[in-house]
Amino acid sequence: MISGRTLAQGAGCESKMSTDFFRAVAICHLSEKDFKSLGLSEGQNVLLKNEFGQVVLTAKKDAGLPDSMVFIPMGPWANVLVGTESGGCGTPHFKGLEVEVAATDSPVLNIRELFSGMGA
Amino acid sequence: MSEAIMIRDAVCSFCGCLCDDINVEVEGGKIQRVRHACRLGSSKIMGHARIESPMIRKNGVLVAVSFQEAYDNAAKILLAAAKPLLYGWASTSCEAAKKGILLAEEVGGVLDSTATVCHGPSVIGIEEKGLPGATLGQVKNRADTIVFWGCNPAEAHPRHSLRYSSNSCGKFTPEGREGRKIIVVDVRETKTSKNADKFIRISPGSDYEVISALRMLIAGKGESVPDEVGGVLKADLADIAATLKAAKFGAVFFGLGITHSRGRYKNIDNALSLVAELNSHSKFVIMPMRGHYNVGGIGQVLAWSSGYPMSVDFTRGAPYFNPGETSACDLLAKRDVDAALIIAADAVSNFPRATAEALADIPVIQIDPYENPTTLLSDVVIPCAIAGVEVEGTAYRMDGLALRLRKMVDSSFPSDEDILTGILESVHKQRQLAANEGA
Repeated sequence: MISGRTLAQGAGCESKMSTDFFRAVAICHLSEKDFKSLGLSEGQNVLLKNEFGQVVLTAKKDAGLPDSMVFIPMGPWANVLVGTESGGCGTPHFKGLEVEVAATDSPVLNIRELFSGMGA
Repeated sequence: MSEAIMIRDAVCSFCGCLCDDINVEVEGGKIQRVRHACRLGSSKIMGHARIESPMIRKNGVLVAVSFQEAYDNAAKILLAAAKPLLYGWASTSCEAAKKGILLAEEVGGVLDSTATVCHGPSVIGIEEKGLPGATLGQVKNRADTIVFWGCNPAEAHPRHSLRYSSNSCGKFTPEGREGRKIIVVDVRETKTSKNADKFIRISPGSDYEVISALRMLIAGKGESVPDEVGGVLKADLADIAATLKAAKFGAVFFGLGITHSRGRYKNIDNALSLVAELNSHSKFVIMPMRGHYNVGGIGQVLAWSSGYPMSVDFTRGAPYFNPGETSACDLLAKRDVDAALIIAADAVSNFPRATAEALADIPVIQIDPYENPTTLLSDVVIPCAIAGVEVEGTAYRMDGLALRLRKMVDSSFPSDEDILTGILESVHKQRQLAANEGA
């Protein structure tokens, strides 16, 4: 899994509580082959999990992605899958993480749901 | 309704490009139209729904208070903490950063910037090797060969190519894109790679190996390079090495594809060595693609005032810098800070989940124009004016050039600098009161 910037993510990064930001960021890009092999159709969700957490995202076909790689726009959904280890330089691995991906009927949590139960 | 005015050649305060040709139409005290800005800059300048009032959390709910009450509560949290974290600083002015460093020293905290989850590894690599750098103007006017490594400016810095790099026309580069060779190295196809003459797709986490192979080829030791490195054929690497050596003026731009991946600061160290060695054959420069518009500025202000560019611990009486120990994510992961002030950044969104959870367990002060997930966990929320739109100030472009941000419209909110001054004054006042009571 790699996370990174997209134009829509950047345009929405100062309105994070908006539905535009949700639509731009709570998505998972997959190669056309992986999309097909998971039996996905456009708009269907995928569950991603690894040792750090699990998150449901809307699947999106991306012809530019190699097989066995997923891309998630940077932000709170992608960061559920990121660990805290910083290799002695302060920066966690936001890219190059191993994740398991499967089709799911579970819904994508909106930004308030994603943080509900955390903190105050 | 007052007459419309046009503000010309203002600086965009979104990304590290700091485009300084932005025209803004203002009428009735409101921005009506933005010209020349990209989608990111327009979105920033036109604005979004704001936090309307300072707030403090009472019985689990954020309630509106006066600015003074918010400053007093913030000061109380910082004074009660043994080791507060003061984090963010990338999307505000250098003047605010200067005030924040004073506050960190005063309360004995750790000050870190968003570089720590971004180009922090670049900062460390540059400290180890030095930076063969240039201004973006030099690249525009002279570069005939440009490498984009692990970055996608078409989406993160949309006007970079037209104003400064691949597609710009300069004094000695009048043909623009036609006169340049563009190489893109990435693990996936991007909008940037579609504009390349040569796209090299490498395996994830293999940047260090690929850079090392290029160094060997450039040094004439190709016989030591295996047939394939990082998923790239040796013949393709030899082709790239020859192109780089033949450049009259080459520039490497690199992004988080290389800092966020396996190798981290060692990748940067290696890339800096590659560029230093290329200078035996040609003129070559290298530059990190800084994301937030003034993440370079906080590094500059911290460096000249403390000696270190990020992750500075002021709890010991003298500045102390040890990334991995004094960096924000590590401090939170180890639960080594007991309060946080988050300014001009959204730590809760942009940190790993476990780190955000650590923030949820300590008192948090937020200074920001906009509601975001950090607001959901904050105990004190202080809305501010937007630097570069409602307040002037100084910011550093990705090449280290300082530019003056303009004020486009008035704001009813105080600036970040004003807010930090208010908190600092409250810290002094509360300390004096405590001293008087103890006397």
